[in-house]
Amino acid sequence: MSAPQPRVTLTGASLAYGQRTLWHDVDLTVSAGEFLAVLGPNGAGKTSLLSVLLGLTPLSAGSVTVNGHAPARGASHVGYIPQQSAVESDLPVRGRDLVRMGLDGHRFAGRGAGRSGRARVDAALAAVGAARYADAPVALLSGGEQQRLRVAQALVADPAVLLCDEPLLSLDLANQRTVTALIDAHRRRAGAAVLFVTHEINPVLPLVDRVLYLVAGRWSIGTPDEVFTTESLSALYGAPVDVLRVRDRIVVVGAPDTGHSGDGHDHPEEPAAAGGRRHRGGGSG
Amino acid sequence: MNLLPFYLSLPFVQHALLAATLVAVAAGLIGPFVVVRGAAFAVHGTAELSFTGAAAGLLLGGHALAGALIGSLLVATAFAVLGDKARERDTAIGVVLGFGLGLGVYLLGLYHGFATEATNILFGQIFGVSGPQLVLLGVLAVAVMAVIGWVYRPLLFASVDPRVAAARGVPTRLLGLAFLYVLAVTVTETAQVVGTLLVLSLAITPAAAASRLSSSPLVVAGLSVLFALVAADGGLLASLPTNQRASVFITAISFATYVLARVAGPAVTRRARDRAAAASADPTLLPGVSG
Repeated sequence: MSAPQPRVTLTGASLAYGQRTLWHDVDLTVSAGEFLAVLGPNGAGKTSLLSVLLGLTPLSAGSVTVNGHAPARGASHVGYIPQQSAVESDLPVRGRDLVRMGLDGHRFAGRGAGRSGRARVDAALAAVGAARYADAPVALLSGGEQQRLRVAQALVADPAVLLCDEPLLSLDLANQRTVTALIDAHRRRAGAAVLFVTHEINPVLPLVDRVLYLVAGRWSIGTPDEVFTTESLSALYGAPVDVLRVRDRIVVVGAPDTGHSGDGHDHPEEPAAAGGRRHRGGGSG
Repeated sequence: MNLLPFYLSLPFVQHALLAATLVAVAAGLIGPFVVVRGAAFAVHGTAELSFTGAAAGLLLGGHALAGALIGSLLVATAFAVLGDKARERDTAIGVVLGFGLGLGVYLLGLYHGFATEATNILFGQIFGVSGPQLVLLGVLAVAVMAVIGWVYRPLLFASVDPRVAAARGVPTRLLGLAFLYVLAVTVTETAQVVGTLLVLSLAITPAAAASRLSSSPLVVAGLSVLFALVAADGGLLASLPTNQRASVFITAISFATYVLARVAGPAVTRRARDRAAAASADPTLLPGVSG
C-alpha cells in the first residue's frame, strides 16, 4: 500500500460565531478512500464543518484544503448528500432532473453538460438502482427512493470528496443499508474520501475507518475502538460516560446534554442484532 | 371568421397581438418558477401594488406604465426585505398589500382625468397601446427572457432543492431576489394586457395547467408558454367582434386550459405512479429479515 493522497486537510482549524467557539485547533487529514464519521451532540459544529469544506463558511483561524485547494463554492470535486426530507407534491421534477442538477444545476447561462451529461445521469441512476423510476415525478417516490436519487445526485459529478450530512435520518433499516452500501461502493471505486456526519455510529460502524468526535469545543479523533471507550468519551465530555459494546453495537450511556445524539436509547429502525453485516477488523469488542 | 384577415390588417390589432405575444412568452416562462416556489401570492401582491404605482404615475403626468413598473420594483424590494422565509413572506406581502392598495385608492381619488384610465389599469386595455409603449413592452419582455435564460439552471436548482443548491455554491438568496425583480417586471407587463386584477390568469394558470401534464421542467416550461400564448392571443382575437374586454376571454381560455389539464392530468400522473410502483417492487429494497 502506497501512502494515500490527502483529500481533506485541516491545520490548526478553528470555527467561532461571535463569542461562541464551535471547535478549535483541529488538525485532521482525510485520505483518499477513507471513511470518516463525524459525531457529537447537537450544536457541536458537525454541519458547520461540512459548510467549511463546501466553501460556504470561512474558518476563524487555521487553514483548510479540499482536494489540494482552498474550498470553493460549487467545486465539482465535492459531492454533498443531505438528510432525507420529503419533496413537496406538485413539483414538476423527475428523478432524472434532480440528479442532473448535481451535474450542472449550478451553472449559469445555460451552459449545461449537454449530451454527455445525459449519459452520466443515466449511469448514476443505474449505479444506485434508480433507473426504473428515473422518469417518475420525485414527489411520488418513497423516502428511500428519493434518498437513492440524492446519492446519485451527489455521485454524478464523480466527486473526490463526499460530504454526507445525516443521510440516513428517517430511513428504515433496509434503506439505511442501501444508502451506506452505495456510498461505500463509490468510495472504493473512485477512491473518494467520505466525511459522514451522523448522530448514530452503529449503521456505519462496519465502514468507518476513523471517527471525529466533537463536543463543546473539544474534539477527539481515532479509530472507533480508540474513540468509543469509557475513558476517551468521559474525558471529551468532561463527565462520566459509559461506553458499552453490545454484540457488534456501540452504546453510549450518560453523555450529558446530547439531545437525541447517541445517548443509548434504541432507535426502532436500528438493528437489534445485525447478523448479516460485514465486519471490518476489530469491530466488535 | 372571414373577418379575421380584416382584423389582422388593422395596425392597432397588430400592435395588440404583438404586445400580447411578448407578454405571454414572459409570463409563460416565469410561471413554472412561480408554481415551484409557491409564489402565487407574491404575483398577486406585486400585481395589485403595481396598480398603486400606476395610479401614482397617472397622477404625475399620465405615465401609468412607468409608474406601475417603478411601483412593482419597489414592492419587490419590500417583499424581499420584509420576508425571508416562505411563511413570513406571505404575511409580509399581505401587510404591504393592504397599505399599498389603500394608497392607490387615495391617489386615484386625486386624479381627475378619464375614469376609464383607472378601470384600464385594473382590467386591462391592450388595444390602446402606443408605439413607444410597445417598444418598452418589447424591451422588458426581451430582458425578462434573457435573465430567465441566464439563471434558468441555478434558479430551478435553488427553487426545487434549496439546501443542496446552496451546498453546491448556488447563490440561493441572490437568485431569490433576482426572481422577485423579474417577477415584478413580468407582472407589470402582464397587467398591461389583462389588468392588475387578472395577472394570475397568465402568470400562474398556464404553468399550473402544464405541471399537471408533465414532470419534465423543460416540457412544463414549453407547455406553459404555449398555453399563455393561446390564451393571450386567442382571447384577444376572440374579443374583437364583441364589446367585451380582451381580458374576459383571456382569463376564460386560460381557465379552460387548466380544467382540461386537470381532467387529462390524472391519466398522465397515473402512468407515472404505475412506473413508480413497479420500481418499488425492486427486490433490493425489500426489508431485511428481522432478528
